[in-house]
Amino acid sequence: MCRLFAVTSNEPLSPMVAIRALDVMKEGHDGSGVGLFLTDLGGEFENFKQQPILSGIFSSEGIKALDRFMMDLDFMVKYKLSFRPTRPTPVGTPKRDNYVIRVYEYPADWEELSPAEIQFRLMMVQLQLRQIGEKDKSMLIFSFWPDCIMIKEVGDPLTVAGYLGLDRKELAARTILSQGRQNTNYAIDIYACHPFFLQGIATMTNGENTAFVPIRQFLMSRNFPGYIGYQSDSEVFTHILHYMHSKLGLGVEMYKHIITPLKDAELLRHPDGAWLKQLKQSCRPLIIDGPNCVIGCLPDKSLFMVQDSKKLRPGVVGGKPGVFAFSSEMCGLDAAIPERYINLDYQPMKYETVLIRKERQEIEKWNQWDALRHLN
Amino acid sequence: MEPMGCLAPSELSVKDLPWQIHWSKDKCTLCGHCTAVCPVRAIELGVHRKRALTVPLNLGEKPGNLFSVFHGIDQRTDPAHACVGCGMCTLVCPNGAIIPVHTDEIDKLRFHVNVNGEARRRGGRRNSSDSLLDKIKFVRISMLTDPALDAGRHEFELRTLLGRVLPPEEMLRVSRENGWMPPVREIYPLIIGGMSFGALSPSMWEGLQLGVSYLNEEMNMPVRISTGEGGCPPRLLKSRFLQYVILQIASGYFGWDEIIHNLPLMKEDPCAIEIKYGQGAKPGDGGLLMWYKVNKLIAAIRGVPQGINLPSPPTHQTKYSIEEAVAKMIQSMSMAWGFRVPVYPKISATSTAMAVLNNLTRNPYAAGLAIDGEDGGTGAAYHVSMNSMGHPIASNLRDAYLTLVKIGKQNELPLLAGGGFGKNGNLAANAAALIMLGASGVQTGKYIMQAAAGCLGSESDRCNICNIGLCPKGITSQDPRLDRRLDPEKVAQRLVDVFLSFDTELKKIVAPLGRSTSLPIGMSDALGIADADAAKRLNINYVL
Repeated sequence: MCRLFAVTSNEPLSPMVAIRALDVMKEGHDGSGVGLFLTDLGGEFENFKQQPILSGIFSSEGIKALDRFMMDLDFMVKYKLSFRPTRPTPVGTPKRDNYVIRVYEYPADWEELSPAEIQFRLMMVQLQLRQIGEKDKSMLIFSFWPDCIMIKEVGDPLTVAGYLGLDRKELAARTILSQGRQNTNYAIDIYACHPFFLQGIATMTNGENTAFVPIRQFLMSRNFPGYIGYQSDSEVFTHILHYMHSKLGLGVEMYKHIITPLKDAELLRHPDGAWLKQLKQSCRPLIIDGPNCVIGCLPDKSLFMVQDSKKLRPGVVGGKPGVFAFSSEMCGLDAAIPERYINLDYQPMKYETVLIRKERQEIEKWNQWDALRHLN
Repeated sequence: MEPMGCLAPSELSVKDLPWQIHWSKDKCTLCGHCTAVCPVRAIELGVHRKRALTVPLNLGEKPGNLFSVFHGIDQRTDPAHACVGCGMCTLVCPNGAIIPVHTDEIDKLRFHVNVNGEARRRGGRRNSSDSLLDKIKFVRISMLTDPALDAGRHEFELRTLLGRVLPPEEMLRVSRENGWMPPVREIYPLIIGGMSFGALSPSMWEGLQLGVSYLNEEMNMPVRISTGEGGCPPRLLKSRFLQYVILQIASGYFGWDEIIHNLPLMKEDPCAIEIKYGQGAKPGDGGLLMWYKVNKLIAAIRGVPQGINLPSPPTHQTKYSIEEAVAKMIQSMSMAWGFRVPVYPKISATSTAMAVLNNLTRNPYAAGLAIDGEDGGTGAAYHVSMNSMGHPIASNLRDAYLTLVKIGKQNELPLLAGGGFGKNGNLAANAAALIMLGASGVQTGKYIMQAAAGCLGSESDRCNICNIGLCPKGITSQDPRLDRRLDPEKVAQRLVDVFLSFDTELKKIVAPLGRSTSLPIGMSDALGIADADAAKRLNINYVL
């Protein structure tokens, strides 16, 4: 079982806050990977809110190929933060040439494009690079999106963070998602490291997704190039959210209604039961069976947490106005925000969605039994 | 043997028959129950003369013969009266004195059941107990990473959908615009497949309907039953129980006058309309109700004269092409019920099934596709059709499902699979395998006949005389003397037993896979088979 930690704060935080929280939950992960998603960036990246940031790992050959590819597309590097670790690699961590975070200037001919077209093209660039890299293992691409950074590596979180020097001052973010990985039934693959990212949406999951194969088949048959990968069964949670958000235009309060719809008998008693039943039928292949706790970040930088409807995985949210955190274990929360009022800590159950908006003032709770706002 | 030592080519001995009657003179009381009950009069009272040689000990008397007479059983050997192995004689014998035993080699009778050039017709199923579905195992067991569920205590939602399910984007658009939403039924995934009123006896039909109503109204299990092609008694058409019934229309249109006339009188819509284009047991061949079974009642419901053979044409004669056959008929049927009832075709499994499927995916009124595999059963068909024609269900279903996946319509067009699952008694395991291969639901008839009514048929060509109305259990007979052997209430009770035990077994399969909140349609990662070719063909795990 993996351990998850996410924090959202009005003041930019070092990723080390999340790494240390993962470290106190060390009994729950085995060092088979660490993943970080940083958004609403601070530090040096504060100055580049609109420009896309490429995150990935490159061999020396890969860097050259990247430069050639990006220059051909007329992307210009505006700012970069590269790690070239010189110290010996920690046990279990492969030797890499370059960990790259680069801010690019958009090509001139993209200026006239609609936001939707730009978002599509950014995704396609990321996918093309990933494809190029997969051939000769020269590139691992995690994200290419404005105001988002992703760092992933195999190894123990604290050790890897020290090795990469993640405590550097340039690196800070107001919203951070992190995972300490406990490898389960799939081979150790860095692309299987959570969080997963697609067009501004990131999620990470604790648990195993028993309904993975039919869900993957459904997503892959949506005819959307971004629905690929699936080195981890948890990647579908990101894509379901993306599908719901971008393709169906539904808000996060509908996520639970899609992955864990109410039972037929329950829908009879729901104020919007008839509509929800139709939605349940149409989205039937996206129903999960758990056990899963999903923590995610939406394009508007709000953070949410949901559980499956039966088995549940540990997950708690707590904090104080200005800073809130989601954690697999209470001790992770204690490590990050010790001064909070713990009686307000909250563990969402099978019907609930909890949400911290970008303003970071309160824990918002939605229940699947609530009437739907967009219908009423 | 004929005079002058000649033998007719079809002169058979008991040894040449598939079934030999073993009879014990010691136990038999000559009560006559067995000869009376035998549906094909294979046995009759025999009077036998016995000679004993008497050899006196003293030389004064000469050896002589002692003649005596004893009565017993004679087995007839002409093809029309060859024992069918039903075993009714054993069932009724108070002393256990008689039993049919299957021959130890391939019988010779099979070469002679074509008297007057009439090829053999029979009821039953393909004579093969081989089952690929039985070889499929469920290998993805939830262990430490994912807790298995408790089949006895957790809640399970094991219902399925029958009807055209709109894709999410379309559903939202239609809902916004208040447009037409295709009808979708939430039903139990085990459906009782089409067995017509006529093929089945009135007692059997009544028993099944009773059982289905009980399951729905008392057990909260939305079980549905297809009528088969033979219409539906008007009393049922006008009752609320019609909602549990799938009305079947096939190429003979039998019974549809009555159905159309009753349309204005229906209190409930039927569950669905099934348009039968083919049947797995006899693909490419029409239905067949032989004259023996067309009595007054059947003739009235079907709208035909009494005592004539009722063969349905192999295809819908009024339709010219697939576009017409499928599109027009689906649309007409939908229109008849105001587009409130799902309409779907049923075809035999065939290598051309994908063409039909592709056509249906482009028809917004098509509510699904039922595919019936070669191992399905029938009340009457040519032996050769049953044994040699058809396509196995597993690969045909899998191809159909993966075709839908490829075009992203796997949730839009439900696939129903049937034909031979549960043939060796493993109903739930076979059904679950089909569901995980991609079926939304499964249709069975034969298993229901065996389990709910005690049908004696088997893959060893046992009994299989459904076609001539002599069913010794009264399941497929229209003769009141046979029909009354079956108590409809007991059939209903057994049907409920079958569904409740199936439900438990299905839960016992999905619970260890960690699934409970929805039917695991297409969860092929759970399946494994110890046959590399089959695994590759079905795209499931190869396990040893």
